[in-house]
Amino acid sequence: MALPARQSPKLRIRGQPPRIESAMVYITRKIEFSASHLYNNPALSPEENRRVFGKCNNPHGHGHNYVLEVTVAGDPDPRTGMVLDLKELKRVLQDEIMERMDHRFLNYEVPELAGKIPTCENIAATIWNLLEPKIARGHLHRVRLYETPDLFVDCYGEKNGSAR
Amino acid sequence: MTERHAKAMKIHLTRRYPFSASHRLHSPHLSEEENQLAYGKCNNPFGHGHNYVVEVAVSGPVDPATGMIANLADLDAFVAAQVLDPFDRTYLNEEVAEFRETVPTTENVCIEIFRRLRAFPHAKLERVLVEETALNKFEYTGESQGSRS
Repeated sequence: MALPARQSPKLRIRGQPPRIESAMVYITRKIEFSASHLYNNPALSPEENRRVFGKCNNPHGHGHNYVLEVTVAGDPDPRTGMVLDLKELKRVLQDEIMERMDHRFLNYEVPELAGKIPTCENIAATIWNLLEPKIARGHLHRVRLYETPDLFVDCYGEKNGSAR
Repeated sequence: MTERHAKAMKIHLTRRYPFSASHRLHSPHLSEEENQLAYGKCNNPFGHGHNYVVEVAVSGPVDPATGMIANLADLDAFVAAQVLDPFDRTYLNEEVAEFRETVPTTENVCIEIFRRLRAFPHAKLERVLVEETALNKFEYTGESQGSRS
Protein backbone atom coordinates (compact mmCIF):
# COMPACT_ATOMS: atom_id res chain seq x y z
CA MET A 1 0.00 0.00 0.00
CA ALA A 2 1.39 3.36 -0.98
CA LEU A 3 2.00 5.72 1.85
CA PRO A 4 0.64 9.22 1.47
CA ALA A 5 3.26 11.75 0.51
CA ARG A 6 4.67 13.38 3.60
CA GLN A 7 3.36 16.87 4.00
CA SER A 8 5.63 19.62 5.07
CA PRO A 9 4.73 20.61 8.58
CA LYS A 10 3.30 24.08 8.93
CA LEU A 11 4.60 26.07 11.81
CA ARG A 12 1.80 27.79 13.59
CA ILE A 13 2.76 30.16 16.32
CA ARG A 14 -0.18 31.49 18.25
CA GLY A 15 1.24 33.82 20.82
CA GLN A 16 2.86 32.54 24.00
CA PRO A 17 2.86 28.85 24.89
CA PRO A 18 0.37 28.03 27.63
CA ARG A 19 1.70 28.52 31.15
CA ILE A 20 2.50 25.22 32.79
CA GLU A 21 0.11 25.05 35.71
CA SER A 22 2.07 22.64 37.81
CA ALA A 23 5.60 21.31 37.44
CA MET A 24 7.74 19.24 39.79
CA VAL A 25 11.14 20.86 39.99
CA TYR A 26 14.12 19.49 41.95
CA ILE A 27 16.56 21.92 43.49
CA THR A 28 19.81 20.88 45.10
CA ARG A 29 22.02 22.70 47.52
CA LYS A 30 25.50 21.49 48.43
CA ILE A 31 27.47 21.96 51.63
CA GLU A 32 30.75 20.55 52.85
CA PHE A 33 31.67 19.57 56.38
CA SER A 34 34.69 17.88 57.90
CA ALA A 35 34.38 15.37 60.68
CA SER A 36 36.00 12.31 62.16
CA HIS A 37 34.57 8.92 63.01
CA LEU A 38 35.44 5.33 63.76
CA TYR A 39 33.59 2.05 63.29
CA ASN A 40 33.32 -0.23 66.31
CA ASN A 41 30.47 -2.47 67.45
CA PRO A 42 30.79 -3.20 71.19
CA ALA A 43 28.81 -6.42 70.69
CA LEU A 44 31.70 -7.83 68.63
CA SER A 45 35.13 -8.91 69.86
CA PRO A 46 38.15 -6.71 69.05
CA GLU A 47 39.23 -9.29 66.45
CA GLU A 48 35.79 -9.33 64.81
CA ASN A 49 35.69 -5.54 64.79
CA ARG A 50 39.05 -5.43 63.03
CA ARG A 51 37.95 -8.08 60.55
CA VAL A 52 34.61 -6.40 59.71
CA PHE A 53 35.68 -2.76 59.77
CA GLY A 54 39.37 -2.99 58.81
CA LYS A 55 41.24 0.31 58.97
CA CYS A 56 38.03 2.12 59.97
CA ASN A 57 38.26 0.37 63.36
CA ASN A 58 41.35 2.44 64.36
CA PRO A 59 40.40 3.54 67.91
CA HIS A 60 41.76 7.04 67.37
CA GLY A 61 39.32 7.59 64.50
CA HIS A 62 39.97 9.23 61.15
CA GLY A 63 38.31 12.00 59.18
CA HIS A 64 36.70 12.95 55.88
CA ASN A 65 35.62 16.04 54.02
CA TYR A 66 31.99 15.12 53.58
CA VAL A 67 30.01 16.68 50.76
CA LEU A 68 26.26 16.81 51.27
CA GLU A 69 23.80 17.42 48.44
CA VAL A 70 20.24 18.07 49.58
CA THR A 71 17.51 17.91 46.93
CA VAL A 72 14.09 19.44 47.54
CA ALA A 73 11.24 18.81 45.10
CA GLY A 74 8.25 21.01 44.59
CA ASP A 75 6.08 23.18 42.43
CA PRO A 76 7.47 26.71 42.04
CA ASP A 77 5.36 29.25 43.88
CA PRO A 78 3.64 31.28 41.12
CA ARG A 79 4.30 34.55 42.99
CA THR A 80 8.04 34.06 43.56
CA GLY A 81 8.96 31.44 40.94
CA MET A 82 10.74 29.53 43.72
CA VAL A 83 10.32 25.99 45.00
CA LEU A 84 11.59 27.29 48.31
CA ASP A 85 13.71 30.17 49.44
CA LEU A 86 17.33 29.03 49.11
CA LYS A 87 18.32 31.42 51.91
CA GLU A 88 15.97 29.48 54.15
CA LEU A 89 17.44 26.12 53.04
CA LYS A 90 20.93 27.50 53.62
CA ARG A 91 19.94 28.49 57.15
CA VAL A 92 18.41 25.05 57.87
CA LEU A 93 21.58 23.33 56.62
CA GLN A 94 23.71 25.63 58.76
CA ASP A 95 21.63 25.09 61.91
CA GLU A 96 20.88 21.39 61.55
CA ILE A 97 24.00 20.01 59.90
CA MET A 98 26.96 22.40 60.06
CA GLU A 99 26.44 23.30 63.73
CA ARG A 100 26.00 19.65 64.65
CA MET A 101 28.57 17.87 62.51
CA ASP A 102 31.24 20.21 61.16
CA HIS A 103 34.61 19.66 62.85
CA ARG A 104 33.14 17.09 65.22
CA PHE A 105 33.96 13.53 66.19
CA LEU A 106 30.69 12.00 65.00
CA ASN A 107 30.70 9.02 67.39
CA TYR A 108 30.97 11.16 70.53
CA GLU A 109 29.64 14.60 69.70
CA VAL A 110 26.47 14.03 67.67
CA PRO A 111 23.70 12.71 69.95
CA GLU A 112 21.57 11.54 66.98
CA LEU A 113 24.35 9.11 66.06
CA ALA A 114 24.91 7.81 69.60
CA GLY A 115 24.81 4.03 69.67
CA LYS A 116 24.95 3.84 65.86
CA ILE A 117 27.94 3.09 63.70
CA PRO A 118 28.52 6.36 61.81
CA THR A 119 28.76 4.84 58.35
CA CYS A 120 27.81 6.91 55.34
CA GLU A 121 24.46 5.03 55.30
CA ASN A 122 23.63 5.90 58.92
CA ILE A 123 24.82 9.51 58.65
CA ALA A 124 22.71 10.04 55.51
CA ALA A 125 19.64 8.52 57.24
CA THR A 126 20.24 10.74 60.30
CA ILE A 127 20.57 13.81 58.07
CA TRP A 128 17.28 12.84 56.37
CA ASN A 129 15.55 12.63 59.76
CA LEU A 130 16.96 16.01 60.83
CA LEU A 131 16.07 17.85 57.62
CA GLU A 132 12.76 16.35 56.59
CA PRO A 133 10.60 18.15 59.19
CA LYS A 134 12.41 21.46 58.57
CA ILE A 135 11.62 21.81 54.86
CA ALA A 136 8.90 24.45 54.90
CA ARG A 137 7.95 24.33 51.19
CA GLY A 138 8.16 21.45 48.75
CA HIS A 139 9.44 18.19 50.19
CA LEU A 140 12.78 16.56 50.79
CA HIS A 141 13.48 14.27 47.83
CA ARG A 142 17.02 13.03 48.31
CA VAL A 143 19.99 13.33 50.62
CA ARG A 144 23.26 12.45 48.90
CA LEU A 145 26.30 12.23 51.15
CA TYR A 146 29.80 11.83 49.70
CA GLU A 147 32.33 10.41 52.13
CA THR A 148 35.01 10.66 49.44
CA PRO A 149 34.63 11.58 45.75
CA ASP A 150 34.42 7.84 45.00
CA LEU A 151 31.92 6.79 47.67
CA PHE A 152 28.47 8.18 48.28
CA VAL A 153 25.08 7.22 49.65
CA ASP A 154 21.64 8.35 48.46
CA CYS A 155 18.81 8.36 51.00
CA TYR A 156 15.22 8.75 49.78
CA GLY A 157 13.48 8.43 53.15
CA GLU A 158 11.02 5.77 54.10
CA LYS A 159 11.15 2.73 51.86
CA ASN A 160 7.39 2.35 51.65
CA GLY A 161 6.58 6.02 52.03
CA SER A 162 3.82 7.53 49.94
CA ALA A 163 4.79 7.83 46.28
CA ARG A 164 5.85 11.38 45.56
CA MET B 1 10.91 14.40 65.06
CA THR B 2 9.71 11.11 63.65
CA GLU B 3 12.81 9.00 63.91
CA ARG B 4 13.11 6.49 61.10
CA HIS B 5 15.71 3.80 61.25
CA ALA B 6 18.10 3.42 58.37
CA LYS B 7 16.90 -0.15 58.05
CA ALA B 8 13.44 1.02 56.93
CA MET B 9 14.70 3.65 54.50
CA LYS B 10 15.41 3.51 50.80
CA ILE B 11 19.18 3.92 50.65
CA HIS B 12 21.58 3.35 47.76
CA LEU B 13 25.31 3.01 48.23
CA THR B 14 27.42 4.05 45.24
CA ARG B 15 31.08 3.45 44.63
CA ARG B 16 33.20 4.71 41.70
CA TYR B 17 35.97 2.64 40.11
CA PRO B 18 38.35 3.74 37.33
CA PHE B 19 39.74 1.48 34.63
CA SER B 20 41.60 2.17 31.39
CA ALA B 21 41.11 0.25 28.17
CA SER B 22 41.08 0.57 24.42
CA HIS B 23 38.38 -0.35 21.94
CA ARG B 24 37.42 -0.07 18.30
CA LEU B 25 33.87 0.50 17.16
CA HIS B 26 33.36 -1.73 14.14
CA SER B 27 30.33 -3.86 13.35
CA PRO B 28 30.62 -7.00 11.22
CA HIS B 29 27.03 -6.35 10.11
CA LEU B 30 27.99 -3.12 8.34
CA SER B 31 30.15 -2.47 5.28
CA GLU B 32 33.46 -0.62 5.56
CA GLU B 33 31.77 2.57 4.39
CA GLU B 34 28.83 2.15 6.76
CA ASN B 35 31.20 1.50 9.67
CA GLN B 36 33.12 4.63 8.81
CA LEU B 37 29.88 6.58 8.57
CA ALA B 38 28.44 5.20 11.83
CA TYR B 39 31.55 5.35 14.01
CA GLY B 40 33.82 7.98 12.42
CA LYS B 41 37.11 8.34 14.32
CA CYS B 42 36.12 5.48 16.63
CA ASN B 43 36.37 3.12 13.65
CA ASN B 44 40.17 3.61 13.41
CA PRO B 45 41.47 0.04 12.80
CA PHE B 46 44.14 0.41 15.48
CA GLY B 47 41.61 1.30 18.20
CA HIS B 48 41.91 4.02 20.81
CA GLY B 49 41.59 4.21 24.59
CA HIS B 50 39.72 5.87 27.44
CA ASN B 51 39.97 6.33 31.17
CA TYR B 52 36.62 4.86 32.07
CA VAL B 53 34.90 5.32 35.43
CA VAL B 54 32.26 2.82 36.56
CA GLU B 55 29.70 3.81 39.19
CA VAL B 56 28.11 0.84 40.92
CA ALA B 57 24.97 1.48 43.03
CA VAL B 58 23.59 -1.18 45.37
CA SER B 59 20.68 -1.17 47.79
CA GLY B 60 19.41 -3.23 50.69
CA PRO B 61 18.61 -2.97 54.36
CA VAL B 62 21.28 -1.35 56.53
CA ASP B 63 22.58 -4.05 58.88
CA PRO B 64 22.29 -2.62 62.42
CA ALA B 65 25.40 -4.55 63.51
CA THR B 66 27.63 -2.90 60.92
CA GLY B 67 25.68 0.20 59.83
CA MET B 68 26.25 -0.95 56.27
CA ILE B 69 24.23 -2.04 53.22
CA ALA B 70 27.26 -4.02 52.11
CA ASN B 71 30.83 -4.19 53.27
CA LEU B 72 32.93 -2.17 50.84
CA ALA B 73 35.70 -4.73 51.01
CA ASP B 74 33.24 -7.32 49.60
CA LEU B 75 31.95 -4.94 46.91
CA ASP B 76 35.47 -3.89 45.91
CA ALA B 77 36.64 -7.50 45.68
CA PHE B 78 33.62 -8.52 43.59
CA VAL B 79 33.92 -5.57 41.18
CA ALA B 80 37.66 -6.19 40.86
CA ALA B 81 37.19 -9.89 40.09
CA GLN B 82 34.25 -9.47 37.69
CA VAL B 83 35.13 -6.23 35.91
CA LEU B 84 38.31 -4.37 36.79
CA ASP B 85 40.78 -7.25 36.55
CA PRO B 86 39.39 -8.51 33.22
CA PHE B 87 38.88 -5.01 31.69
CA ASP B 88 41.71 -2.78 32.97
CA ARG B 89 44.59 -2.22 30.57
CA THR B 90 43.07 -4.39 27.84
CA TYR B 91 41.91 -4.07 24.26
CA LEU B 92 38.24 -4.81 24.94
CA ASN B 93 37.48 -6.12 21.42
CA GLU B 94 40.04 -8.91 21.69
CA GLU B 95 40.50 -9.59 25.37
CA VAL B 96 36.95 -9.65 26.73
CA ALA B 97 35.14 -12.60 25.18
CA GLU B 98 31.72 -10.86 24.96
CA PHE B 99 33.15 -8.08 22.80
CA ARG B 100 34.34 -10.46 20.13
CA GLU B 101 30.63 -10.74 19.32
CA THR B 102 29.28 -7.36 20.45
CA VAL B 103 30.59 -3.92 19.50
CA PRO B 104 32.17 -2.45 22.67
CA THR B 105 30.30 0.83 22.57
CA THR B 106 30.01 2.21 26.07
CA GLU B 107 26.30 1.32 25.98
CA ASN B 108 27.28 -2.33 25.55
CA VAL B 109 30.13 -2.04 28.06
CA CYS B 110 27.61 -0.67 30.58
CA ILE B 111 25.14 -3.54 29.97
CA GLU B 112 27.91 -6.14 30.17
CA ILE B 113 29.18 -4.70 33.47
CA PHE B 114 25.61 -4.78 34.85
CA ARG B 115 25.28 -8.41 33.74
CA ARG B 116 28.54 -9.33 35.47
CA LEU B 117 27.69 -7.53 38.74
CA ARG B 118 24.07 -8.64 39.05
CA ALA B 119 25.15 -11.72 41.02
CA PHE B 120 26.69 -9.64 43.85
CA PRO B 121 25.58 -11.75 46.82
CA HIS B 122 25.42 -9.09 49.57
CA ALA B 123 23.09 -6.42 48.15
CA LYS B 124 20.81 -5.69 45.20
CA LEU B 125 22.43 -4.12 42.14
CA GLU B 126 20.46 -0.95 41.32
CA ARG B 127 22.43 0.83 38.64
CA VAL B 128 25.64 0.81 36.63
CA LEU B 129 26.87 4.08 35.19
CA VAL B 130 29.93 4.20 32.92
CA GLU B 131 31.75 7.43 32.15
CA GLU B 132 33.67 7.04 28.89
CA THR B 133 35.14 10.50 29.30
CA ALA B 134 34.23 13.25 31.73
CA LEU B 135 31.71 14.42 29.09
CA ASN B 136 29.91 11.16 28.18
CA LYS B 137 28.11 8.87 30.54
CA PHE B 138 25.86 5.86 30.11
CA GLU B 139 23.55 4.31 32.69
CA TYR B 140 21.79 0.96 32.91
CA THR B 141 19.38 -0.19 35.60
CA GLY B 142 18.53 -3.61 34.19
CA GLU B 143 15.30 -2.47 32.54
CA SER B 144 14.36 -3.38 29.02
CA GLN B 145 12.00 -1.25 26.98
CA GLY B 146 8.45 -1.95 28.00
CA SER B 147 9.47 -3.58 31.28
CA ARG B 148 9.51 -0.42 33.37
CA SER B 149 8.38 -1.18 36.85
